[in-house]
Amino acid sequence: MSGRLLERLMPWLLIVACFGIWEASCVIFSIQEFVLPRPSTVLAIMVKRADVLAEHALHTFYTTMVGFALAVVGGVVLGALVGSSRLLYKGLYPLLIGFNSVPKVAVVPVLVIWFGIGDVPAIITAFLVSFFPVTVNVATGLATLEPELEDVLRALGASRLDILRKVGIPRSLPYLFASLKVAITLAFIGSVISETVASNNGIGYLILAASARFDVPLVFAALTVIAVMGIVMYGLFALVEGRTTGWATRKMDYAMGG
Amino acid sequence: MSTPLVALEHVSLAYGARGGSTLAVENLDLDVPQGQFVAVVGPSGCGKSTLMKLVTGLLPPTSGVARVAGEPVRGPVKIVGMAFQNATLLPWRTALQNVMLPLEIVQPHRSRLRSAYAQYEKKARELLGAVGLGGFEDRFPWQLSGGMQQRTSLCRALVHDPSLLMLDEPFGALDAFTREELWVVLHDLWAAHKFTVILVTHDLREAVFLSDTVFVMSKRPGRIIARRDIPRTGPRRLEDTYTPEFAGVVQDLREHIGRERAT
Repeated sequence: MSGRLLERLMPWLLIVACFGIWEASCVIFSIQEFVLPRPSTVLAIMVKRADVLAEHALHTFYTTMVGFALAVVGGVVLGALVGSSRLLYKGLYPLLIGFNSVPKVAVVPVLVIWFGIGDVPAIITAFLVSFFPVTVNVATGLATLEPELEDVLRALGASRLDILRKVGIPRSLPYLFASLKVAITLAFIGSVISETVASNNGIGYLILAASARFDVPLVFAALTVIAVMGIVMYGLFALVEGRTTGWATRKMDYAMGG
Repeated sequence: MSTPLVALEHVSLAYGARGGSTLAVENLDLDVPQGQFVAVVGPSGCGKSTLMKLVTGLLPPTSGVARVAGEPVRGPVKIVGMAFQNATLLPWRTALQNVMLPLEIVQPHRSRLRSAYAQYEKKARELLGAVGLGGFEDRFPWQLSGGMQQRTSLCRALVHDPSLLMLDEPFGALDAFTREELWVVLHDLWAAHKFTVILVTHDLREAVFLSDTVFVMSKRPGRIIARRDIPRTGPRRLEDTYTPEFAGVVQDLREHIGRERAT
């Protein structure tokens, strides 16, 4: 088997191996279904309860994406501000770190008091957990611009906006995409946390309701759905990243095509 | 004598808070006539890079006047092209697109670029061809060797026909053979276009081979402590660097620097 093919197959092989060990352990140690269901059972439940899962998954997907979109906009704007001004960089950083250290699950009850039970707390929680990496990465991309390059452009009479457009933005794109991949998975965590605490809808709510009935297979089915959504969205951003900023990872196909 | 293109008159620059804690350069006097190739050499940390920033208007002097084309420098001078030890190319642009970057910034090219794109592209390609990069125009910087990147950087510094070329140790990071090759490239470009050059370097052979006048700077705070004219009798060739006369000039300059380092 060639190295490239092995590289492509590796994730699938590992997933299959993982589920294989899990399945075997459940059988060998005869673990009860309400403690740890077998992957095959989870899969069967996913098919059988597909309608319920899809309904809640769609809802979670919706709140996650709205929260994530807000995080991208907010993170880019804030990151651009922080990254292009030394004063803001120094001033805002401790505040941002402090804010990011607050456990968001503790904030949800407050959000419920403010906005009531429903989508809004989920959206806000998704936003809160995912905007930080976007901000930090965009700021880093802008702040680490080579001073010589800036000198070259400034000596030509380039304005700050020129430098931002010609160098700052393209240069921080790989940082942005790297953060988007992290942020989207965090956004799922955020919305599910919020749904678990206060919602009548979404995967988080479904998990809570199912575990209250000791329907552990359904809990695992729901967890699997979230994981798959996370992987798919991550893959989507990785694809866009490779297309637009292949120069950062030095992909040859980009070099030839671009 | 006509006004020199660049003139520094008793220029000092202090870094740090008001009143100035550290003097980078002190009472610097320097003039560069139009079309001349001038080299500035000195021990490391003598404020050579500060000199670059003073001339290009990136830093205002604490005292004294920097003049370019007779006018006091009050901001970015815009008639300048710059190249540094790092090629500082943009990795998402091809060699050609990197070379054309200044055209997107400097007037009048900036507003003409769109309508006369083909013409500008032809010019950039010719320039790349002149430095031996024909056929490499569409490569990305990481696909080029260090020497090729530096050639590209040189083209970028020249594409908008600057009257002044500022070079800050442009060949410092290259191996000896590539460096000498690029001396010849730069020499030929200069001979063909006759722009004015200020080359900051710590390579004395490079300074003597390329320039009409070599200025020696003292260690920090930098002042000019010696000036040596190197007459031209025609185009220079690499072989000249092995003549006794050449070695004598280099040796003479080395002594100045040696004395500076010793004190």
